[in-house]
Amino acid sequence: MQSTAAIEQFAGKGAARAARRRLKGGGGVDARPRWWNYGLLAVILAISFFPLYYALLLASSDAGTIARNPIPSLIPQGNLFSNIGEVIGSDINFWAAMVNSILVATLTSISVVFFATLAGFAFSKLSFRGRRALLLFVIATMAVPVQLGVIPLFIIMARLGWVGDLKAVIIPGLVTAFGVFWMTQYLDDALPFELIEAARMDGCNLFRSYWHVALPASRGAGAMLFLFTFVGSWTNFFWPFIILRGDNLTLPVALQQLQASYFKDYSLIMSGVVVSVIPLLLLFILAGRQLVGGIMQGAVKG
Amino acid sequence: MTASTRPTTSSEPSGPAPAPPSRRTPASPARTARRSRLARLDMRVTPYVFVSPFFLLFFLVGLFPILYTAWVSLHDWDLIRGQGDFVGLANFEFVLGSDNFYKALRNTFSIFLLSSVPQVIAAILIAYVLDANLRAKTFWRMGVLVPFIVAPVAVSLIFTKIFADQSGLVNNVLMGVGLPAIEWHSDALAAHFAIATMVNFRWTGYNALIFLAAMQAIPREIYEAAIIDGTGRMRRFLHVTVPMLRPTIIFVVITSTIGGLQIFDEPRMFDTGGQGGASRQWMTMTMYLYELGWGPQISFGRASAVAWLLFLIIIAIGILNFLITKRIAHSGGPAKGTR
Repeated sequence: MQSTAAIEQFAGKGAARAARRRLKGGGGVDARPRWWNYGLLAVILAISFFPLYYALLLASSDAGTIARNPIPSLIPQGNLFSNIGEVIGSDINFWAAMVNSILVATLTSISVVFFATLAGFAFSKLSFRGRRALLLFVIATMAVPVQLGVIPLFIIMARLGWVGDLKAVIIPGLVTAFGVFWMTQYLDDALPFELIEAARMDGCNLFRSYWHVALPASRGAGAMLFLFTFVGSWTNFFWPFIILRGDNLTLPVALQQLQASYFKDYSLIMSGVVVSVIPLLLLFILAGRQLVGGIMQGAVKG
Repeated sequence: MTASTRPTTSSEPSGPAPAPPSRRTPASPARTARRSRLARLDMRVTPYVFVSPFFLLFFLVGLFPILYTAWVSLHDWDLIRGQGDFVGLANFEFVLGSDNFYKALRNTFSIFLLSSVPQVIAAILIAYVLDANLRAKTFWRMGVLVPFIVAPVAVSLIFTKIFADQSGLVNNVLMGVGLPAIEWHSDALAAHFAIATMVNFRWTGYNALIFLAAMQAIPREIYEAAIIDGTGRMRRFLHVTVPMLRPTIIFVVITSTIGGLQIFDEPRMFDTGGQGGASRQWMTMTMYLYELGWGPQISFGRASAVAWLLFLIIIAIGILNFLITKRIAHSGGPAKGTR
């Protein structure tokens, strides 16, 4: 409240009193918000949770009840586990899809963090000819709609005999431009040159400096990048839908198959949805804080 | 540390020739000379090795496929027989002469506008509500982000039931209060609205957090000055907050354009057929691409023509965005540093 002191000096006591009153009353910058602020937030949260809760309601009901009334009941019914059991036991191999999704998301995320940090370390802390131009190139590629290259990509995969193979989904995602940019930005601020110099004095080559200095120093940003990549991989549909076949699917493709074969039974389709959401929801409860932090930092820097 | 444990230098296949032998070290032992030579090579070559995985992968699965798409689009090329005759621009003629292309173009833009405009407005309002000295901040922030972790396919399945024509949630509520039901699938605009709602559901909270970060970077003194001048909440929001958010709004719009024009998941899952409706009322460009390439026509040539046209459209809009941004970006301060 130093500004009011200045006002008192220049405009007199009355003006300062008025200013103080305005700062304290309702609209103050750091005043605790009132109940309606929380009320609004509660409404927003209810809207963002409702569709998920609705899926849970349908998943715990049965086809007949849903056909009679789109809101079967506001409390989950008892059929959830038998429905989930039926989905997992169906001819769509849901377990395999779950295992595949976990495998693909984990491998891609680890690889993206490893290679993006490696490149970020070089771009932010090492000097080499063409560094600036190459970094600009990386940033520019983020604006390229690479999804539109699916046809040649499919032709390549067909040549390699990888159609229907998880490799075809994992390998194109092993490192991303976003990841490289993200780690470059982070290491630029977070890793002091002195540390790398010290490592060199101790006889570390660059790879060992990366492994023992840069990688540990970027743990926070690396965790955020891991989560981003994991969510992106878990929810990815277009390319897996094109390239995967038969029993060897990821969860979103398995969900599409479930809809195609059980389109009349919403309790089963929604059970599939619930099963596909639970793993990420658990991850989110554990690490959602990092994801929020990542989005907010990215916004300020990007 | 011995020279043999240098994974980066020994595994480098395509670096420049080894550094010239050192001239200044005849007095020191041979081992030291070799070590310093390797260290210099390490400094010179290793940075390129470090950045090379990204470039290799980008060329193989990003740049090359996009360029090769242009080559495929000039050929009679299908899924089963592979490359056929060179046909010139025949594929482009086919695509530009088909009704479906223009329907797909219209639908894509319609869905994009219905999802981006309300989304940005809602996201700014949510960010404004979050931008207060709240108790349990992290809880509220995580709460608005929950929809983001649900796959678009799963979101579509849920909303397909909410927007079902018969025994759908929205229609039941409408009829319950005496209003007519809406033909969510046969009416094009209604279908676009339903699909846009799915997109909005998933992305609004995410964008709200981006706006929140930008709002917190607005210097508090500006608000304080406005309060002392006696401006109300509403005017402070419209005349301080929104103008200061301008660069962030541009950023959000640009990033959502690139993804939004390629939309596939939500409209694909809006019914079981995946054709975009009986008269293609919600078929998007990417769905059209997929149908030409992997549908009954199995024509990679025609699908590539669509891909290349969409690519040009996205690039054109990107350039347009860039020009507009350049004109208006100089007003409004850049966001730096959060609380």
